Amino acid sequence: MASLKELKLRIASVKSTQKITKAKQMVAAAKLRKAQAAAEAARPYAQRLEGVVASLASKVGKSDSAPRLLAGTGRDDTHLLLVANGDKGLSGAFNANIVKAAIAHARALIAQGKTVKFYLVGRKGRAVISRSFPGMIVGQFDTAAVRQPGFTEARAIAQDVSDRYFAGEFDVAHLFFSTFRSALAQIPTEQQLIPAAIPADAPAGTGAAVEYEPDEEAILADLLPRNIAIQIFKALLENQASEQGASMTAMDNATRNAGDLINRLTIEYNRSRQAAITTELVEIISGAEAL
Amino acid sequence: MALHFELVTPERLVLSQDVYMVTVPGTEGDFGVLQGHAPFMSTIRDGALHVYDSNGAAPREIHVVGGFAEVGENGLTVLAERVIED
Repeated sequence: MASLKELKLRIASVKSTQKITKAKQMVAAAKLRKAQAAAEAARPYAQRLEGVVASLASKVGKSDSAPRLLAGTGRDDTHLLLVANGDKGLSGAFNANIVKAAIAHARALIAQGKTVKFYLVGRKGRAVISRSFPGMIVGQFDTAAVRQPGFTEARAIAQDVSDRYFAGEFDVAHLFFSTFRSALAQIPTEQQLIPAAIPADAPAGTGAAVEYEPDEEAILADLLPRNIAIQIFKALLENQASEQGASMTAMDNATRNAGDLINRLTIEYNRSRQAAITTELVEIISGAEAL
Repeated sequence: MALHFELVTPERLVLSQDVYMVTVPGTEGDFGVLQGHAPFMSTIRDGALHVYDSNGAAPREIHVVGGFAEVGENGLTVLAERVIED
């Protein structure tokens, strides 16, 4: 059994850990509210743009003159997996879940004989992916320098990715991020980024004759790159909210576990103190009886 | 009769109100949108939107960068990457 002094030190150390996890939990709760508001504020733009792109895309269709971002390269050999992660740990399984989804997808693609490349956003997950798929990371974007990745970063990522697309580095791009459902549930999500996925239930237009200026294809060519940036931006915002949510939950658990551990250690501490006192008393009494 | 006008950036919904008229700097020339305009889509060059709250009122200027305009049944929606309000 550990000595009294050891137990005391142990309790003190667990207590200070608990203070840290408690503080981190409160910080995450405050940040979560902000991140959630940001994610909600970004929704109108994404929705409207998606609606416009979908209705234009269903009109232009897969004709030969359709922009390459919509029609694809005509091949399906090289896949780019764009994995968006956080920069910091202490957020439970948030980063691990995204990476796990991406790796599972990559293995499935490799099993089909496709070439897989990774493009990483954020610092986390790099180690795991480079260990599982050495040499397959073709690029990464560091978001650690900015406090809150915004639209500027999303546009820079989109620019980089579409440059690589037009340079013929890949044929299909998938985006991996975590959709924020609630503080308790974040769902790792896969989304096809390039060529633009047209939802099957796309509104086929209201029937009204819409006039286009300059014309459908020119508008589409202008909107598609923007749509990619917006999808990435949305993913970044969802990720931020998810990260804070996961962090809050994980830290709440950690705080509670630390509390349990302190209780157990305190009981043990009191018991061994009592045992020491009892032993001393027994010694004194039996000493007196012997006289 | 009023035109419903919405101005949206990736970060937030900047403006959503009923106005009299908006002139928009389209890529192929400026155009004004009044209530009841025919369905219309256009890309926008970087420049100023003029928002007239009522007939004859002095316009408000809102500068937009990287924009797109859509006129539908529910009014005019301008999607802009950046908005500089003054």
